[in-house]
Amino acid sequence: MNPLYAELQWLPRVPPEFSANLRALATSAGPLGREVQALALPALDLNQLTKLAKAMERARNEGKSLAPLTPFRLAVLSNSTIDMMVPALVATAARHGIALEVIQPSYDQVAQEALTPDSKVNSAKPDAVLFALDYRALPLKLSIGDEEAAAATVAGTMGYFQAMRNGIKSNCGALCIFQTIAPPAETLFGGLDRALPGTKRYLIDAVNREMAEAALQSGDVLLDVAGLAETVGLADWHNAQLWNMAKLPFSDEFFPLYADHVARTLAAIRGKSRKVLILDLDNTVWGGVIGDDGLEGIKIAQGDATGEAHLAVQRMALDLRQRGIVLAVCSKNTDEVAREPFEKHPEMLLRLDHIAVFNANWSDKATNIQAIAGELSLGLDALVFLDDNAAERGLVRQLLPQVAVPELPEEPANYARTLAAAGYFESVAFAAEDLKRAGFYQDNARRATLQKQVGGVEAYLASLDMTITFQPFDAMGRARIVQLINKSNQYNLTTRRYTDPEVVAAQSDREVFTLQVRLADIFGDNGMISVVICRPGEAGVWEIDTWLMSCRVLGRKVEHMVLHEILKHARAAGVHKLAGMYKPTDRNKLVVDHYAKLGFTKLSEEESGLTRWALLVEGAEPESAPMKVVSQGFAAAPERLPA
Amino acid sequence: MDEPQIYAELTRVFQDVFDEGPINVTPELSAQDVDGWDSLTHIRLILTVEKAFKIKFSTSEIGKLQNVGDLVALIKTRT
Repeated sequence: MNPLYAELQWLPRVPPEFSANLRALATSAGPLGREVQALALPALDLNQLTKLAKAMERARNEGKSLAPLTPFRLAVLSNSTIDMMVPALVATAARHGIALEVIQPSYDQVAQEALTPDSKVNSAKPDAVLFALDYRALPLKLSIGDEEAAAATVAGTMGYFQAMRNGIKSNCGALCIFQTIAPPAETLFGGLDRALPGTKRYLIDAVNREMAEAALQSGDVLLDVAGLAETVGLADWHNAQLWNMAKLPFSDEFFPLYADHVARTLAAIRGKSRKVLILDLDNTVWGGVIGDDGLEGIKIAQGDATGEAHLAVQRMALDLRQRGIVLAVCSKNTDEVAREPFEKHPEMLLRLDHIAVFNANWSDKATNIQAIAGELSLGLDALVFLDDNAAERGLVRQLLPQVAVPELPEEPANYARTLAAAGYFESVAFAAEDLKRAGFYQDNARRATLQKQVGGVEAYLASLDMTITFQPFDAMGRARIVQLINKSNQYNLTTRRYTDPEVVAAQSDREVFTLQVRLADIFGDNGMISVVICRPGEAGVWEIDTWLMSCRVLGRKVEHMVLHEILKHARAAGVHKLAGMYKPTDRNKLVVDHYAKLGFTKLSEEESGLTRWALLVEGAEPESAPMKVVSQGFAAAPERLPA
Repeated sequence: MDEPQIYAELTRVFQDVFDEGPINVTPELSAQDVDGWDSLTHIRLILTVEKAFKIKFSTSEIGKLQNVGDLVALIKTRT
């Protein structure tokens, strides 16, 4: 059994004081979120996860808050016994910043729960439903060598999933999470099973492929349990004895691993995936120490075993960058010495223009990582820090607990795999914008330089030659809209998170005004950078339900232009007043004055810091910014009586 | 492994598995005596014992266990 996966080796080991800290939770007044998350961080085994979950349950029962963990209600429909899994899920979710509540119907009641409108699951109105089904739950009838019958079996199985999905969608509208099916380890013919229609392996392959395609198209979420089981090995994954004795779906050895995969998926749904990979250099990106060994001495060449190990780290970093992960460097080195391999070493895959922020100096790494977060306008919880040095890892983990810092094995050949196994960059959807994102942040660094040269802000903005494009929500933009709604923390007035189906609902509701905003400039296309949802309030009033913006276009007066656009549509719809709300979180202080700056009048302020604002549409004249405005895709407003 | 060693290790296992205070692990101790020792916790207990002593039990061996004394006797035959 590979301990990397079974023992979650990218996580720190459980400290001896775990039990004492767990007991301390009982006497803490709360909110307990941070303490619970710290307790959940190490590689807890099933017993420890169970104890932590029980402590969380007691705290909840005593009315203690788990803030700032993000609440999530998950219903689990399964054909196996998941009672032992539920506490592992709850505790592991805390590791990923989620306060999870699991709704668990009776054993093996999948269809009844999905299809009955007032079932336990449907009436609980969960945020998501996880269909935790394995091959034993499916009508996978053998039809050896019969292609037609095999196709019918696959279609029947997909029809079963579709029926469950439709049940959930029409009865409670929750997001559906489907698991791919881990095939049993046993074959019938042997290798031929893969090829021959109608064998179990053939049928499961086909079901998994169709399930994956259906998820991509429908906006459902896929949990690739088949991939996970393949990774750790089917023979270890399946445990016939435990199934027979207790109907456990797979080996208990992998409960913590499975729970981590569920939890990282839920975190991704809530926009908590990380966005930046910060690399140490010496003995991480290359073998050896550049300051001591020099350009010729460091190991980075093909054909050298150590060099190839570090090249694999570079390859993975580059691949991650290609899918939109921003790269940064944090190294204790003299700046020009650290840059030399990037500029001059012929075998280096990483080049300076791949790195958004390059911090090589002699200050401590925690300070440098904070500086990197600042330069990228991202929170610490968006960062991953990869360093071979255990002392540096420990320091960063202690001073900046929000930064993810994977443990690394002795052997550099396993660095890349360890980073991948940690799943920090787990995503549930892919937006075309992702491909460009790493570049956006780099362009931003160049924009900042230009700003320094140009002097005046107005002249700078004019020199950017910006085009802003307004559209209502549409299918093309939806993946990115959902991503922004779930990821934006700082420039976000209400931090309301919506799932894909909820965004579809807003899009198709004619009473709801939706806006997606894109911005292009001389450096390129920034892609979608702002999202607004206005819902009808009292007669003639639009309540601004959601207003968020990507921080990479801060200071460009985009928000002023967005207000212009909202006002235009409000007038056309006969709306006379906009009502706004600022709901404070620990991340959105940036926008505390958003409505004041835009000329709204403050109506009230609650003790929590929540403020309410209003703007009369008539006579509202927000500032303008020098940019070309494109407004497209809006239906003509229906005739309305003046309110 | 002799009996006192087995009992010492089992005491640690019980602490890991059960959410109670210290449990006095005696030969007569059985599921009726401990709060939360239900059928699934029993499986978790057996799995933890297997891991702690690096042994595996068969389904029928597990089925015959009535109390801690039975468990200790079984462990003794394997270690």
